[in-house]
Amino acid sequence: MKHEIVEKNVGLLAVLILVVISFAGLAEVVPLFFQKQTTEPVEGLEPLSALELEGRDIYRREGCVGCHSQMVRPFRAETERYGHYNVAGEQVYEHNFLWGSKRTGPDLARVGGRYSDDWHRAHLYNPRDVVPESIMPAYPWLFENTLDGDATPRKMRTLRQLGVPYTDEDIANATADVRGTQEITALVAYLQQLGTVLEGTR
Amino acid sequence: MNNLWGDSLSGFWSAWIIIITLGTIALSVWILLANRRTDKTPDAEGNVETTGHAADGIEEYDNPLPKWWFQLFILTVVFALGYLVLYPGLGNYAGVLGWTQEGQWEEEVAQAEERFTPIFAQYQEIPIPELAEDSEAMQVAERIFQNNCAVCHGSNAQGGYGFPNLTDDDWLYGGEPDNIVQTLTNGRNGNMPAWQQLGQNNIENLTQYVLSLSEEEHDAERAASGESTFMAVCAACHGPSGTGNTALGAPNLTDNIWLYLAPGQEVGDSIRQTLRNGRNGHMPAQAAYIGEERVHLVAAYVYSLRLTD
Repeated sequence: MKHEIVEKNVGLLAVLILVVISFAGLAEVVPLFFQKQTTEPVEGLEPLSALELEGRDIYRREGCVGCHSQMVRPFRAETERYGHYNVAGEQVYEHNFLWGSKRTGPDLARVGGRYSDDWHRAHLYNPRDVVPESIMPAYPWLFENTLDGDATPRKMRTLRQLGVPYTDEDIANATADVRGTQEITALVAYLQQLGTVLEGTR
Repeated sequence: MNNLWGDSLSGFWSAWIIIITLGTIALSVWILLANRRTDKTPDAEGNVETTGHAADGIEEYDNPLPKWWFQLFILTVVFALGYLVLYPGLGNYAGVLGWTQEGQWEEEVAQAEERFTPIFAQYQEIPIPELAEDSEAMQVAERIFQNNCAVCHGSNAQGGYGFPNLTDDDWLYGGEPDNIVQTLTNGRNGNMPAWQQLGQNNIENLTQYVLSLSEEEHDAERAASGESTFMAVCAACHGPSGTGNTALGAPNLTDNIWLYLAPGQEVGDSIRQTLRNGRNGHMPAQAAYIGEERVHLVAAYVYSLRLTD
């Protein structure tokens, strides 16, 4: 093919550029969709409960991911502090991923069980009450707002379409499970399960 | 650690990656060579071949790539091939060096273990009361405390609302070395039930009685009528004299130390709240996070706090 033909046909040029830049994605990304490690859940992984799911959405709404990563990388410095590095099979039911890319605060991938519920509540109400030097914002409104759960079944149905194995029963009970619960309770429930599936994390 | 990163690409996807990767490299080389011009010497009349583009009489030469540039291209290809031989990049092919992320991490951890294990093993041999007086060990222990415990108990270990002060001599679960190790290893779950069902009047009487135990200001009449309820309901855990029971984590009510006293709150209000709603303090187990040897060291640090105050 003469180069001139490509240069003089913008449409053809665009198509060929797309072909060229898709090579990397085809080789690096596409196989992951068919790889066991990324598509099969680790043993014991359960979909989030209705309450945890609402907590996760509060986590997203409040922008926690902007300052907290959920990605422990396989370096000793990280595994010493946070626990076992992340594995793909733990994230199979995550839509979207909340890995984050910045640590203003610590990584939260394995924060579940690390502190008591009381601590989380006190800390989210006003971080300075428990960690004087903290620069984290306070989230007092989480104690005032309650969940109505109207959208919870819809969220779960959507997730089911994406492959999260919610049962009809889970979805039918979702609203009742969360209605009237304080937002803080949902968020703490979400935080307390983070990274707890993998056994022998140390 | 579990091996979670084993090979699990099917043969098809492995081949897919190999073909695309090597194909892309081959294609790049082909494009480079196919478009390469070498002969750019002027002809007999001194004319040089041009692309035929002309603007205002200025013509565009059709010169070959500079040699250094061409060689850089070749160099990137050589690098890519070398990399693909040494490191994993082609499907399931592991690379000559056998490098993996997991392997790199394991090596890093093994190096650290080799360096630190003897140190911790040496501390492990020393009984806690003795270790607590070893200032070097306590420096190490303090780092571990600051990283793992200070979040709740404070960097000065003086605790806060709902989080016990570790520097005083009041112990919910006992302050002997074994108790502290036990607390750290397995955690503790406080379980003060809610007594709402006793009714407003009884709760008030009990509150006054508990205040009287610590010789706080109280209503003597109500306190006196609270005593029998205390004996019936509370004494099982807190003891008939209210001095508590470390086996159950029932606090001593006679020492005027209040775990759930918010800043500015009156003691009576805190007691009323506790009686109405119960308390469920939770100390998470640390053994899984820091391991037995560091537990020993931190226990010594906590033990040492009483020595310094």
